[in-house]
Amino acid sequence: MMKIGRFLLFKMIRIITLVVAICFISFLLVKNSPIDPIQAYIGADMLKVSPEQRGQIAAYWGLNEPVMTQFLNWGRAVIQGDLGTSMIYRRPVIDVIGERFVNSIVLMIAAWLFSGVFGFILGVVAAMKRNTWVDRFIQWYCYTLASTPTFWVGLLMLMIFAVSLGWFPVGLGVPIGVLTEDVTILDKIRHLVLPAVTLSIVGVANVALHTREKLIDVLSSDYVLFARARGERGLTLFWRHGLRNVALPAITLQFAAFSELFGGAVLAEQVFSYPGLGQATVEAGLRGDVPLLLGLVIFSTVFVFVGNLLADMIYEFVDPRTREGRI
Amino acid sequence: MSILEVENLSISFQQYGSGLKRRTLDVMSNLSIALEAGEILAVVGSSGSGKSLLAHAILGILPDNAKTSGDIRYNGEVLTPERLQSLRGKEIALIPQSVNFLDPLMQVGKQVRQSARKGDAISRQKAVFERYQLAPHVAKMYPFQLSGGMARRTLLSTAAVSGADVIIADEPTPGLDETVMKEALENFKEFADEGRAVMLITHDIEAALTIADKIAVFYAGTVVEIAPIEDFTGNGEKLRHPYTKALWKALPKNDFIPIPGAQPHLDDLPLGCLFAPRCPLMTEACTKARPEMRDLRGGKVRCIHAT
Repeated sequence: MMKIGRFLLFKMIRIITLVVAICFISFLLVKNSPIDPIQAYIGADMLKVSPEQRGQIAAYWGLNEPVMTQFLNWGRAVIQGDLGTSMIYRRPVIDVIGERFVNSIVLMIAAWLFSGVFGFILGVVAAMKRNTWVDRFIQWYCYTLASTPTFWVGLLMLMIFAVSLGWFPVGLGVPIGVLTEDVTILDKIRHLVLPAVTLSIVGVANVALHTREKLIDVLSSDYVLFARARGERGLTLFWRHGLRNVALPAITLQFAAFSELFGGAVLAEQVFSYPGLGQATVEAGLRGDVPLLLGLVIFSTVFVFVGNLLADMIYEFVDPRTREGRI
Repeated sequence: MSILEVENLSISFQQYGSGLKRRTLDVMSNLSIALEAGEILAVVGSSGSGKSLLAHAILGILPDNAKTSGDIRYNGEVLTPERLQSLRGKEIALIPQSVNFLDPLMQVGKQVRQSARKGDAISRQKAVFERYQLAPHVAKMYPFQLSGGMARRTLLSTAAVSGADVIIADEPTPGLDETVMKEALENFKEFADEGRAVMLITHDIEAALTIADKIAVFYAGTVVEIAPIEDFTGNGEKLRHPYTKALWKALPKNDFIPIPGAQPHLDDLPLGCLFAPRCPLMTEACTKARPEMRDLRGGKVRCIHAT
């Protein structure tokens, strides 16, 4: 127990320093970007605003104060849980992120599970049938996928399954022209399928190729040789020694891939106009919504950190070599 | 009848050299050897002489790019790959050299139980652990937690629990101190006393002499001599092959004279006798053809000059 406590304490310090550093750098970047916060706030009505009014807004927001003071003011508010108000949605940033997160997490979990399970199975089959046509086909498939951009796969999916075949809707998270209370779970799932498949397709290649390499290593190890000397082979051998030794690194890799998942979601959601975090990030960036952008930066940092934390914890507490070794 | 016979076994590997040139490496040539129930045959030779390959060939676990020819017979029956598959682990067991041969993520008790091919695995594992003085809690340990001695006895347990009649131990005594070494060798003696056939692969000729019945000497992928241990005495006058004699004389307790030269490289084997380039008795005839294995004074030798 002592060990878990110390581990978590150490990780807490890590995440706090990380978030502070990320916030500071992002804040400086945004400050030095060509986005004029007043213009972004007022938008098309800019012509109607006189220079005096501009000055007043700047003074009200504290834009004339030194950068450090501005950062501290913003930082103080963030610590109190106030991320500010999104300029494009005219709602508190925390609400926007919360709502978008629910949409995105469904998408990401679906893609994550699919790419993990499917990729693992492909990798295992390729390694067990190494140097046969099955292996070569799986490798060819993976390399093709790995070298294909996500957004292009998304467009292909749209053209085939939404436009030509008409099996799935072209975009958005819910049907158009239907009241919120009339939207069924089935509708939501129908809108989820194409973005989820697009997002997972590229992940499959990574997981499959990694699993294949790892399993080939395991299969050529001394302990598998000894297992074969004891008469084990085929599925029994894989079940007893292969799976056991390949599952941990595969699961760890899958958790550590949270950052790619988030990055992929940005592109996939953009192609499908899916109202998730990724789309919100693009919007916030393009339209100069500074509070929302900074809020998303903090959120995605924590999200990726949690993924890596889970990966670390699996290594620390599930693998007997590290679990028992350091008590 | 011998329980296990290896006749004219040759192994070669297909390798891709520079460019697309494919070459064949002959790692073992025309090897013949036999194991008797209740006897220990020690296989000695320097590293790279193909000792471990012999073990792997008998178990049928050579890598895929290996080509073999020759026969392996178990109780007089020629072993096909299918037959071998059903025998390994059940009738023929391997004792590997280090803890690396145990699955790092599986408790050792479970690995020993999985080696049991007859009877109730749990009770057999417990009995074997007791026999080798491994405490019951060791069964729940992972390989990395074992001490050197525990690891060795665990590996021994996997063979003991299987009930196999032929036991092949591949370098089971590397770097052991004298007491532990004695204990290890004693364990192999017990296997033989129970009526099993033991093949002990080692480079430690002195250790082999303390328990073995016969010694087979390996050189560059073949056996140059098989001799009963009684012949290893004095200045080696009773030994047959010049290499065996040289090995014997090179021991610290004898003359401690090293043999000049080195074992030939596998892709540059001499056409004639493999030992000819280093042999003091070499003649013209030795470089012409590989000598056949022949019986001589209750042993076997592969040398045209041996008397």
